Amino acid sequence: MTEIQQVSDARAYPFNPPERLDLDPQYAELRENEPLTRIRMPYGEDAWLATRYADVRVVLGDPRFSRAAAAAHDEPRSTPQRLATGILSMDPPEHTRIRTLVTKAFTARRVEQLRPRTQQIADELVDALIDAGPPADLVEQFATPLPIRVICELLGVPVADEHKFHLWSEAIVSTTSLPPETIQEYYGNLYAYMGGLIAQRREEPTDDLLGAMVRARDEDEGRLTEEEMVQLAAGLLAAGHETTVTQIPNFVYTLFGYPQELARLRADRTLLPGAIEELLRHVPLGAASGFARYALEDVELGGVLVRAGEPVIVELGSANRDHRVFDDPDRLDLTREHNPHMGFGHGVHHCLGAQLARMELQVAIGTLLDRLPGLRLAVPESELVWKSGMLVRGLKHMPVEW
Amino acid sequence: MVSPAWRVRVDARRCIGSGICAGAAPRHFVLVDGLSTPVAETVIPADEVAAAADSCPVEAITVRDSTDDRLIAPEP
Repeated sequence: MTEIQQVSDARAYPFNPPERLDLDPQYAELRENEPLTRIRMPYGEDAWLATRYADVRVVLGDPRFSRAAAAAHDEPRSTPQRLATGILSMDPPEHTRIRTLVTKAFTARRVEQLRPRTQQIADELVDALIDAGPPADLVEQFATPLPIRVICELLGVPVADEHKFHLWSEAIVSTTSLPPETIQEYYGNLYAYMGGLIAQRREEPTDDLLGAMVRARDEDEGRLTEEEMVQLAAGLLAAGHETTVTQIPNFVYTLFGYPQELARLRADRTLLPGAIEELLRHVPLGAASGFARYALEDVELGGVLVRAGEPVIVELGSANRDHRVFDDPDRLDLTREHNPHMGFGHGVHHCLGAQLARMELQVAIGTLLDRLPGLRLAVPESELVWKSGMLVRGLKHMPVEW
Repeated sequence: MVSPAWRVRVDARRCIGSGICAGAAPRHFVLVDGLSTPVAETVIPADEVAAAADSCPVEAITVRDSTDDRLIAPEP
């Protein structure tokens, strides 16, 4: 054994740069042989990595694990600086106090009311594609503007600013794609931008979600600070579109890889909601995990003792491929019956926009199937360019024809 | 008037097992076979129970006054 191995038995994490949407084979090996393993991220202290479904559920769902405790530690992370991640850095009850301010706007019932307008936006975007004729870039001309326009209308952000804040939003999903000082700068820009919109609403109240947030704070100043409100609003705008923008092309790409499943879906559109759930399970959106949870007491997990004060990172993409929960987990099965996937995470930080994302993905994929039945890649698969240096996996461009 | 007790219900047909309630109010909700279940159907009024109902993304949790059935949470 060499000296270096004696000094540290932690594996460098992420294990490898992301390869398209393929999950690193080391996760399958770890799930079987070492469900909790030591990892070292580019910055911060060493951590445990949980790869099995059951263990991931415990770390995300059990109050013995804390996000807030990370503030007192050298949190493992992808970037040199520590970023203000708002409610994702909090535990209940502080987390609940702030999150419930906006939960109402993202319930299944309220999101369903946005479906007709979302369908209209999707149809307008496809009209423009058809008018211009093939080829088109599905990323730029469909997947990006659709979620942006929906979140803009929901929040009350002028869609005319979309290029500005879409650029800045890359900061929340960047690891090395942007230099550290640019990430800081973009965060600052987002916060300043949202601060400005909030200030406007003090002058002229509005009925949108930003207006409702301002009213809630002004009626009960103890509920959240101005800074918390700005961070929450900026988080809603950035997180409210970055992920869906990325997943629409990822889902289309995945369906192209399973032509028989795609044919079943085209033949029976009642399969669509279940198909979106299966795609949420199957597509490992995350390229690198993070947001460590700290044990508040000693906890036995995955055959090891996680000691109080130690951080644990979970890998959702791996949990979603655990054969202990999902039959034949690597196969895309659009009619999978038992599918309690964790594509939106689990526990108090379960994606606030989950219902919105589901609806948008259903509308996006459904519209493409209906209106562009011959949709296919316009270049050989090997020529597709994937993003790198990001927390998420996705295509930079997706040239398509129909 | 502060009611003496609340009645907590989880609609199993709506519950998606997000685990938000069990994380926010662990003394009051547990996940059984992936779905939320109240630890006790009748509870002493507590902020975290109402907050859990307000946090549910599918409005599966209802909290009512056990004497007059008045809706406590979620807020309409």
